[in-house]
This record gives sequence, C-alpha cells and structure tokens, in this order.
Amino acid sequence: MNEPHAITTASHPYPGKLIIVEGIDGSGKSTQLQLLHKWLESKGYKVFFTEWNSSELVKETTKRGKKSKSLTPTTFSLLHATDFASRLYHHILPPLKAGMIVLADRYMYTAFARDVVRGVSAEWVRKLYAFAIKPDMAFYFKVPIEVAISRLLRGTRGQFKYYEAGMDMNLSPDLTQSFQIFQSRILTEYDKIVDEFGLLTMDATQDIETQQELMRTLVSDTLRGYKPKRGTYGRRTLFWRRFDVHKSE
Amino acid sequence: MVDARFFGDGLTYINPSELKGKLIAVEGTDGVGRSTHIELLQEWLEVQGYGVITTGWTRSNLMSKTIEMAKAGNIVDRWSLSLLYATDFADRLEHQVIPALRSGFVVLADRYIYTALARDFVRSADRTWIRDVFGFAPIPDLVCYLRIDVETLALRVIETTGMNYWESGMDLRLGTDLYDSFKKYQSLLIEEFDKMAIEFGFNVVDARKSPEDIQNELKGYILPVLQNHKPVVGAGRGGT
Repeated sequence: MNEPHAITTASHPYPGKLIIVEGIDGSGKSTQLQLLHKWLESKGYKVFFTEWNSSELVKETTKRGKKSKSLTPTTFSLLHATDFASRLYHHILPPLKAGMIVLADRYMYTAFARDVVRGVSAEWVRKLYAFAIKPDMAFYFKVPIEVAISRLLRGTRGQFKYYEAGMDMNLSPDLTQSFQIFQSRILTEYDKIVDEFGLLTMDATQDIETQQELMRTLVSDTLRGYKPKRGTYGRRTLFWRRFDVHKSE
Repeated sequence: MVDARFFGDGLTYINPSELKGKLIAVEGTDGVGRSTHIELLQEWLEVQGYGVITTGWTRSNLMSKTIEMAKAGNIVDRWSLSLLYATDFADRLEHQVIPALRSGFVVLADRYIYTALARDFVRSADRTWIRDVFGFAPIPDLVCYLRIDVETLALRVIETTGMNYWESGMDLRLGTDLYDSFKKYQSLLIEEFDKMAIEFGFNVVDARKSPEDIQNELKGYILPVLQNHKPVVGAGRGGT
C-alpha cells in the first residue's frame, strides 16, 4: 500500500516537450517563461502555455473557498491537485501527444513546497501527484525573499493577497511580515525539492536579459534532436479557417 | 475513537487522540436504502441521549456545486473526478466530522471513502493511488455494508428514482444502453465492495431483508461500539 511511485521519476513517452518554471511570487519566473514563449514561437515551434490553478472546473471553487476563508491545508491541496489533474488531461497531454512544446507556469513542485509549509504531510502530497508526468526541463528561479518583496511592492500588483501571504496560517497580523515568513519557509522547501527532483536552479537576481539568454541556451540544448511536426505547413491558415477555429499562434 | 488512526499519511495538524466521539459509516451501492436507515438510527440514538450528526457524500459547502457542474458537463477525467470527491470528503471531514468527534458526538456517515475507492477501482488498474489520496481519512469505528444483488437493485432503482447516467457508469461505455450499463457497472462496484468487506472487516447486512430486520441488525452492530461511550449531556434533540 505504501510503495514509492516511480511515475514521477520516469520520462514521459510523448513526442512533445514539457518545460516548466517554478519559484516564489516575485521571482520573475512568469516573465522569463513569457520571453521564452516568444522566442520559441519566433523559431517556428508550436507552443502551448498553461498555468497553475487555471482550469475552468476548479477556479471558481477555489475562489469561493478563498473568499469564505474556509479552506483547510488539505482541501487547499486537494483543490490544486484537482485543477492540475484536469489541466494535465485537457491541456498538457494532448499537445504533448501532438508533438508540441508545452510551457507550464508552476508545476506539481509548487504544491510540494507550498502545501507542506501549510501543514500537509510531505509524503502524502507527493503521492497525490503520482499521476503527473516528469517535465523535460524544470527551471527553479531562486531569489532572496527581500528581492521578491521589493519587486512585488514596486510592481503593479499592489497589496499581497490573503493566501499568497499565508495569512490563513496566523503567522503575523501584518500582511508584509506574514508574506515574508510564509514565503521564506517555501524557499526552504524549494531547496529540498531542487535536490530531490533535480530542478535547474537559475539565479533570479540577475538581469532579465542575462537570465533569458541562459534559459534559451539551455532550452536549445534540450531541443537538439527534437523535430517538430511539419504537418500542414503553408496550407495551415487555410486549414484552420475552414473549420473556423481560433488561431492560437 | 480511543485508538483513532488514519488510513495512510494522516492529517499532521490533527491529534487523533482528541477524537472522543464515534465514527460509524454506512456503505452500499446506490438505492440500498442507506439514507432511510441512517435517519432511523439517528432518531434511535438521540432518544437514548447521544449527540448525533450525519454527513453525506458530496454534501460539502465547498464542493457540492462544483461536483454537480462537473457531472453535468461530463468532462471529467478519472483523476479529477476522484480528486473532486476527495476534496468534498476533506471539507466535510475537517468542518463537520472532526469537530463533532472532538466534542464526543456519534457521527453517522452516509457512505465513506470506500465508495470513492470502489468507483476509482472500476475505472483504473492502479489501485494504489486512490488509497494514498484518501490516506488522511480516519479509520471508522464501525462500517456497516448494506449488500444487495444487482438483479434486485436494478428493479428497485427502476421503481424509484430511475437509472441515471452516473449510476450506470455510462462514462465507462460498458453496455449499449442504460440498463445493460447499469447492471455491468453496479456488478463491478458490488464486486469491489465485497473485496473491501473482507479486507477492512465490514459488517455485512443483507439489504433485501425487511427494513425492521435491517434496523435491528444495524443496532446490534452499533451497541457494542457505543459501550463505554456516555451520551453527551444536553446535546442532540432527543437528549433533553
């Protein structure tokens, strides 16, 4: 009943590539992924983007639970796993099977870090995600907590959000202080995860361009030998137009 | 729950020894009369002065709407469906069941995790994952399983609520029509319940008996569990 799962350590069998980014809020991971997205598309790759907690099915529920502040560490964790399962099935596996590049802003490691800090068992949450597939590349954007805070406060996001700051954990009545304590604990968990799952650590204190250059070099290496399907190249526009399907590229 | 334990990796932030009440689960497939018997048991226990709460499958504040939405759209894959049930269960567990057990109530659960296990087992070859998911569930003090054969069940369901898409497991494409699918799906579920009855030591009650006989049998199983468990003073409608 308690055998370790091999699923999360074996490579997936699909022709596509899965590239994911991890890091705390304010680490700049989403910016880096967006820039990578642009670059991959400019190279002619077919790219599909998906982000944490975005499935239609679960989004509303999570929002409702957060609003009423009735989420417990376990329901919080299970809701995110449900969202992930739904996206894996609907958004990640189909493009991977079709040979596309899938970019994911946050992956199961977010749950391994955040949910454990909230208080669920580290073993349990890993078993919860046993159905997930291992990404081809996983970047971790490492940043000191002070840098993340100053970025977020300078940015357009304004105040920290209740759950983002871990206010449900009663760490401090002050929002910024709570954020600092909560996210510092998450950083500690990420450090363990980096070793456990072999994430590529990026120095997220560097310039945006410097980080992006390194990221592109690393991705180029991984994509060597990857042959995107040519398919209906040239006639593609006509093909999609015929079925009146929204063009995503 | 003197020696309360979890099935697997438990809720690390809850101390099981605080759970002074009793957790009694009534299991069985759709249409065996679980809710009727639970109502009768609640009345019986409250008359004796026990504080009783009942909890039912997919009845959580957080999830009931979401699960309905998901089922209406039929878009749910096996993992999401099982995880939705698990979330509903966790929400009820932490907001209803555990607080009630802490205060010494008798909790009557209309279905428990075994329903989720059975449903997932018939949809997948991987039997480990769903057990791991529900690792945080406390092991009940008593599980009564209302067992029925599929022939009798089919007749009962047709006579009462009628067969529906999910009770017939139509997502599994087991049969050509609703009736065939219902019978195949429910047979598979019963098979899984029978296996679990042995593994987890359910008290099996023949659901084809008269309601009075079933009630008496259930009471016979419950009484020994409640021995040494004093009624909550002043709690419950029948207790005053």
